[in-house]
Amino acid sequence: MLANFMAWMDKRLPLTDAWNKHLAQYPAPKNFNFWYFFGSLAMLVLVNQILTGVWLTMSYEPSGDGAFASVEYIMRDVDYGWLLRYMHSTGASAFFIVVYLHMMRGLMYGSYQKPRELLWIFGMLIFLVLMAEAFMGYLLPWGNMSYWGAQVIISLFGAIPVIGDDLTLWIRGDYVISGATLNRFFALHVIAMPLVLVILVFLHILALHEVGSNNPEGTDVKKPKGSIKPEDQSKFKFHKQYTDKYDIVDAIPFHPYYSVKDIMGVAGFLILFCWVMFFAPEGGGYFMEAPNFEPANGLKTPEHIAPVWYFGPFYTILRVIPDKLLGAIGMFSAIIVLFLVPWFDRGVVKSVKFRSKLHLLNLIQFSVCFIVLGVLGTLPATPTANLIGTIATFGYFGFFVALWFYSKNEKCKPVPERVSH
Amino acid sequence: MKNLIKALAFSLVTVVSMSALASSGGANLDHANNDLTDKESLKNGFKTYINYCLGCHQLQYQRYNRTFKDLGIEEADGVANYMYTGEKSGDHITNTMPKKEAASWFGTAPPDLTLEARLRSPDWIYTYLRSFYMDDKRPFGVNNKVFKDVGMPHVLQDLQGVSSIDEHGNISPAMGGSLTAEEYDIVVRDLTNFLEYVGEPSKLDREAMGVKVLIFLFVFFIISYFLKKEYWKDVH
Repeated sequence: MLANFMAWMDKRLPLTDAWNKHLAQYPAPKNFNFWYFFGSLAMLVLVNQILTGVWLTMSYEPSGDGAFASVEYIMRDVDYGWLLRYMHSTGASAFFIVVYLHMMRGLMYGSYQKPRELLWIFGMLIFLVLMAEAFMGYLLPWGNMSYWGAQVIISLFGAIPVIGDDLTLWIRGDYVISGATLNRFFALHVIAMPLVLVILVFLHILALHEVGSNNPEGTDVKKPKGSIKPEDQSKFKFHKQYTDKYDIVDAIPFHPYYSVKDIMGVAGFLILFCWVMFFAPEGGGYFMEAPNFEPANGLKTPEHIAPVWYFGPFYTILRVIPDKLLGAIGMFSAIIVLFLVPWFDRGVVKSVKFRSKLHLLNLIQFSVCFIVLGVLGTLPATPTANLIGTIATFGYFGFFVALWFYSKNEKCKPVPERVSH
Repeated sequence: MKNLIKALAFSLVTVVSMSALASSGGANLDHANNDLTDKESLKNGFKTYINYCLGCHQLQYQRYNRTFKDLGIEEADGVANYMYTGEKSGDHITNTMPKKEAASWFGTAPPDLTLEARLRSPDWIYTYLRSFYMDDKRPFGVNNKVFKDVGMPHVLQDLQGVSSIDEHGNISPAMGGSLTAEEYDIVVRDLTNFLEYVGEPSKLDREAMGVKVLIFLFVFFIISYFLKKEYWKDVH
């Protein structure tokens, strides 16, 4: 019965073929470590955001008069509305945690290097759209921090010469942030951005499966056809799209090996996620900021306007540069340089394991600077904070500059032909 | 790899110490030590709220009947003893104070307090209500140590009595109230407890569900670990 149905389907849609090509017979390097959980976890969180978002939309009212009250209606009157809302709000922060770790993985193991440049760029586009999505979503509860956070960020566009003022007017749809802004952000948050996000994730995975997964050693598991003796090849069956062109070594089918491993990762992640969601959904005031429990009020500025933690690093870069326009340029450059990593890195050795000490140190200083920038973004700007922030900003951009210089003639260890364990 | 872990650990320490620095700036608050599972305390707080606070401060997102249900008050009993102005039990807990006039009476319209405990914390409410002192420069003759130049009079003055402040900012024990200092603290603690409840009525449900979900997830994690181990036997 099922076999007949699948045969009927396969004549009309390459279902079994796609399943095999991308899951059951997709060659994944057998040595993925802890860092390789975060891609699948990001997918999980995306699904969580979409599903809880759909149900939240059913009771949310996108208007300046009704938004705040409708969120409290969800929290009090909708069955399990509080659960949906916390899953969504905790999910937003979790999304950035897993995505930042996923990006860190890419940097550590050189997963952006040739031939994975486009894969990296799709990933960066996902990150960019995710930031826009989160920014717009944060306005929707229509709390006072929603309002003033959006006010600060939108006013950045006003720093652009000539068109600045008209541009901010166009973004807001009003002279101040108002119900008109809320409505358009709602439309973008629930339709436009998620649609783009899902398409980009699809392209990201398609590009990944075209070039194949990197691994912690940065070796290639797809060797030229005929270069590997049959007894040295991977004993598993892979899709002919891969085996026609390559001899596969040290790889295993994604399904069931990595699907069961990722399920374990999901369980571990959910323990942490649910821990926060059920026992500290405000995330210590970082996932949900206290001033947001007060409705948006254009006449009452919160004592300290802090963006949500995940924008912290970029917000600090903006703040430590004294000029508003230069600050905005600095902030956007911080994202643009990430897009360009595949070209800043002129080396051929991928994994940090086999690269120079200098590269390791550079990665470490970059991570430290990024985290310091993130923390500073949530704190009030004091002279000391600005000094530390300036140093960390140099460290952040310095990573890319230094990488460009030393990667050309970098002294690396020999990369083993095969995965070493 | 090890170095990276060290670096991340180092940054975490930085994060923690920096946020500790940031949070040490706030005024010292007394601990409310309130207990959301104490239904009697919640009922007392509810009663105090209705009698002393609701005239000015609405709880516009919270319904009477939800409060009755969560606090274990029979609906008929609730309507008779907690509702004075003829609303239906499904109505939100509101008042009829005109906003514009209120703003001219107090300098600013009294805010809704449904989410006050989440906005400012229970400890803040507890400390605030015990920090009024006499100040002739203020329209109602009182000021507050936690909320300087607050527009609100000391509504619980009959209960607490009056305090003064010395040049070091220490508030003297209150005199002339109908309650002792300990009794007054209990009234305020109950009120704080009620406001924390109203801030998030599903908090206890949330934590109860959280325990069940985590137990399930631990079991699920162990099973998935052994499942993975079983499958991966053919890899090595």
